[in-house]
Amino acid sequence: MTRPAPDTFARRLIACLDVRAGRVVKGVHFEGLRDAGDPGALAARYDAEGIDELVVLDVTATAEDRLALARTVSAVAANVFIPLAVGGGIRSVDDAARVIDAGADKVGINTAALGDPSLISRIAGRFGSQAVVVAIDAKRDGDRFAVCSHAGRTPTSWDAVAWAREAQARGAGEILLTSIDADGTLRGFDCPLTAAVSGAVGIPVIASGGAGAPSHFVDVFSAGRADAALAASIFHDEKCSVRAIKAALQMHGLPVRL
Amino acid sequence: MIALVDYGAGNLASVRKALRACGADVLEPAAPADLDRAAAIVLPGVGHFAATASLDESWRSAIRGCLEAGVPFLGICLGMQWLFEGSDEAPDVPGLGWLPGRITRLPDRTPEGDRLKVPHAGWNLAHATERSPVPGLQDGAYFYFTHAYAAPVTDATAATTMYGSPFASAVRRGLVCGVQFHPEKSGAAGLAVLGAFVGGVR
Repeated sequence: MTRPAPDTFARRLIACLDVRAGRVVKGVHFEGLRDAGDPGALAARYDAEGIDELVVLDVTATAEDRLALARTVSAVAANVFIPLAVGGGIRSVDDAARVIDAGADKVGINTAALGDPSLISRIAGRFGSQAVVVAIDAKRDGDRFAVCSHAGRTPTSWDAVAWAREAQARGAGEILLTSIDADGTLRGFDCPLTAAVSGAVGIPVIASGGAGAPSHFVDVFSAGRADAALAASIFHDEKCSVRAIKAALQMHGLPVRL
Repeated sequence: MIALVDYGAGNLASVRKALRACGADVLEPAAPADLDRAAAIVLPGVGHFAATASLDESWRSAIRGCLEAGVPFLGICLGMQWLFEGSDEAPDVPGLGWLPGRITRLPDRTPEGDRLKVPHAGWNLAHATERSPVPGLQDGAYFYFTHAYAAPVTDATAATTMYGSPFASAVRRGLVCGVQFHPEKSGAAGLAVLGAFVGGVR
């Protein structure tokens, strides 16, 4: 009798550092930012705790902050040897090149890709699909999920599933899917949203928004069919550790990197 | 001095940083002739196999000459795939042909019919083979992968990884090594591979 090969592919945990002017900040529902520390120091701490990947997100993304962002990326990249994605205000191939030169492995694009979807294929053409993460902020609207731009403030006519498919067709390597409704609530990921998008594309989907307890990660990797899960505030506040989340996943038979 | 070959395919800065963290003296050769002075060669890379077309005949013969002379070599991701005869990702671009076999696309289904995401992006286990392990590669450790194409399991396979079916996550023939994962992005397990390579160069 042959048994199926064991699934060894680790479910990825990603810590997001929302930065503004070189400092980590945190907020609820995309608003009301508070200071949460030094990006380089936090990155080193998460790395030591066993985080699988880091995201640095410039939450204000003004012109002067983009220069600060390159310095922040260098500071984060200096001492960690795990994948690093950077997003916020990336509007061109040159913007992408600047953060990749500073040490990013991937760039996240959102509003600019909605405005000009060819940005996805142009960055993928220059740096490879593995370097392009299309970030989608989605809000429930009846029985559909509406994509919003401009840090969640502006509704678009795109449905999240359709936009994820379009992004994949244009060369995105991964989708970072944030539920605007769940973000900051600590009441769990939006599993139906995640499952709908993850089931519709062949590229990895990172679930984001709503993590508040280890069980939420178990839910989003099983019911939500996520390939990776991202959180910010629960890690900053030390509400639950990377280790506690990985232990919960392992207990439910989900492989993790220990 | 370790020659880190820049052919415009991505992760050069990360690999340079990680090699230096392992104590290496790293230089980027401006021309193939500069490889004459190299004590070892690292060929990085990430992205599309077509990018390896930048390694034109002058680079190919210089690198081949170093391999024949027994210069230690480490290929990373595309740099490992380039050691093979070619890739289905860019059928018109020949590999070096140092190792037999072709790079093929990862399956998008398991043998049981379950869907697999491609690219294989994330952390997975490497199982070292007993025949010819890559120095520093710990059996059963997790490494970071990001690729849609992979090398077949052959006599040259030094480690296998399971993603639906097994593929070669590391290869070795003599002093020529290659890893499909990114040791520069694989935390302590990856630095152990780079550190052993750097330590073996004198």
